[in-house]
Amino acid sequence: MIFHSIFFYFFSIIAIFSSLMVITSRSTINSVFFLILDFISVSCLFIMVGAEFLGMILLIVYVGAVAVLFLFVVMMLNVAEQKQSWFIGQKTTHLPTGLIVSLLILLELLVVVGGWKYKEDFMSSSTLVLSEVSNTHQLGLVMYTDYILFFQIAGIILLLSMIGAILLTFRERTGVKKQSYFRQISRNPKSAVELIDVESNKGVKIDD
Amino acid sequence: MIEIGLGHYLSLGAIIFFLGIIGIFLNRKNVIVILMSIELILLSVNINLISFSIFSGDIVGQIFTMLILTVAAAEAAIGLAIIVIYYRNKGSIRVEDIHGMKG
Repeated sequence: MIFHSIFFYFFSIIAIFSSLMVITSRSTINSVFFLILDFISVSCLFIMVGAEFLGMILLIVYVGAVAVLFLFVVMMLNVAEQKQSWFIGQKTTHLPTGLIVSLLILLELLVVVGGWKYKEDFMSSSTLVLSEVSNTHQLGLVMYTDYILFFQIAGIILLLSMIGAILLTFRERTGVKKQSYFRQISRNPKSAVELIDVESNKGVKIDD
Repeated sequence: MIEIGLGHYLSLGAIIFFLGIIGIFLNRKNVIVILMSIELILLSVNINLISFSIFSGDIVGQIFTMLILTVAAAEAAIGLAIIVIYYRNKGSIRVEDIHGMKG
């Protein structure tokens, strides 16, 4: 019981602090760092409370894809107007924040991995419903049978967003030589190759 | 205080939701932080759904959380693509500079 409250307050205080830092920090890159910290804290909370699959999905999808996408866009647009790069130069202003955030993430992961062994002890005494079937198994049993339509619609939404993002950022570049697949495929030997009988002592005139 | 119940998780979700909404209004720098505030709001919704799902023993809440994750990822991809082409055309993504629609 006491462990549950310790875990909850640890992760939720870090989550609230980092979401406060997301909206108030001056540099956009620091905001992205704290957004990553926030996602990791909440996903640790999910893992500890018993929704392991969604906690892991939050780690993989959000921290691995969306937050890194934000980081790429911030660095690509150069909104921070930083003249120096990260490590070369006098002012490495993003280094302390990055170190703090990564140390906190390491601490959280250690707490989760250490607490995983004793999860049954401190969770079973509370009001949580623990079944012998694992969380992923339960989720799969419901998702692929009763909610298969929603699952397919989610896939279509992801496909549409991918097509939309590619179409939005596509631009035609001039002066770039490209393959023309249609012309390449539609050639056949009759139009491409010409066989000529060459008589001796007479040349062949080609390319006229 | 020691007994962690549903109310604690709902309070955490409410605080993060509140911070996300404050972040939308407080922000005067660029549009990317507004997108991050929207991500915070969606995260707090996920906290609510998962805590209800766990504490009432019903798995359906986690399925809705997964759908929200899908929509949030799609929204982030489209929003960032729009920001990239806006920056390419106008050269700035400051919130004050975006007044092309006179809104």
